[in-house]
Amino acid sequence: MKNKNLFLEFKKGLIAQNPVLVQFLGMCPTLAVTTSAINALTMGLAVIFVLVASTFFVSVIRKIVLPQVRIAVFTIIIATFVTIADLFLKAKFPQLSKALGPYVPLIVVNCIILGRCEAFASKNSIFSSFLDALGMGCGFTLALLILGSIREILGNGSLFGKMILPEAYKPLIVMLLPPGAFLGLGVMVGIMNLIIKKKR
Amino acid sequence: MNLILILISAALIHNFVLTYFLGICPFLGVSRRISSAVGMGIAVTFVMTLTAIVTWLLYYKFLLPFNLVYLEYVVFILVIASLVQIVEMVIRKISPPLYQALGIYLPLITTNCAILGLALFMVLKEYNFIQSVFFALGAGIGFTLALLIMAGIREDLEFADIPEPLKGPGIALIIAGLLALAFMGFSGLLAV
Repeated sequence: MKNKNLFLEFKKGLIAQNPVLVQFLGMCPTLAVTTSAINALTMGLAVIFVLVASTFFVSVIRKIVLPQVRIAVFTIIIATFVTIADLFLKAKFPQLSKALGPYVPLIVVNCIILGRCEAFASKNSIFSSFLDALGMGCGFTLALLILGSIREILGNGSLFGKMILPEAYKPLIVMLLPPGAFLGLGVMVGIMNLIIKKKR
Repeated sequence: MNLILILISAALIHNFVLTYFLGICPFLGVSRRISSAVGMGIAVTFVMTLTAIVTWLLYYKFLLPFNLVYLEYVVFILVIASLVQIVEMVIRKISPPLYQALGIYLPLITTNCAILGLALFMVLKEYNFIQSVFFALGAGIGFTLALLIMAGIREDLEFADIPEPLKGPGIALIIAGLLALAFMGFSGLLAV
């Protein structure tokens, strides 16, 4: 029974409470970096790292932090881990880091992370906070990866940089531009609502 | 002339909401009524300009000379959070009516990614002090403009017949997409 509960902690972030498609958190990176599947994946992994590391920390110190200053403390913890992720990307993957631009540092104000710290990690044990963060991070990455793949296939005819559509296909450049991000995500949200409704 | 170019470019051509995707949360959340869109827009423009002034001074006069650039994000977010607090207290003391009008929007601004985004873009584009202030003003005006247009459309939308799964954020995102398409028309306006 207990194991099943823990698994649910992980699974809820994937679909039922997907941070992007159901809770509408963290929209800014979702729309901005999904011009290609590889950018989306990198962003997703960076968010998983920051999310897991900071919720772990918050959960460890949850009993010694004064409630009045907790938001400030959470924010500093998040900003620290974002700095680590940003410096790591800059050092190891300079090209990807350049493509993502200021959207890596913007993870600091990503509502998913502060939301999970405040709503879950500050009240739950270390292990369930870890699973919760991992689930939410994977749900976020999944949504980004799907949107990034759709935009790359339609806008460029390729996936992860490999051409997959025949040359006769005329790329819809607009999918790579800002309007494509909004339209793509809007349609995805609609489809997600349909799926959730069918399940009930 | 250069300053006006920066202002127009930040407001229309590189609109923060519609091309940089910054401040999407309030864009989707607060854009149901025109009156609240105006309040939010003014509050954001005000805090943005202040943030540009303070973060510019801190970055170029303190972080850079002392080789502390790796503290950039921690310092920026602390500055924004405390600025919002101070602005809230000052407005409450000086002008209670203004506080009544803006009060509820101020705390929301701390987590508005447009503010941190502004500070980051300001450093990235290597603007000088005056340019940064104009950049912030333009970005704030652009944010207000996008929020206002969106609120106007959504007020009418309440009576429209929208497919069930798209109700709420779905249709809002699609409208935002069409708005972004429309704003792309500005991209040939200036050669910046």
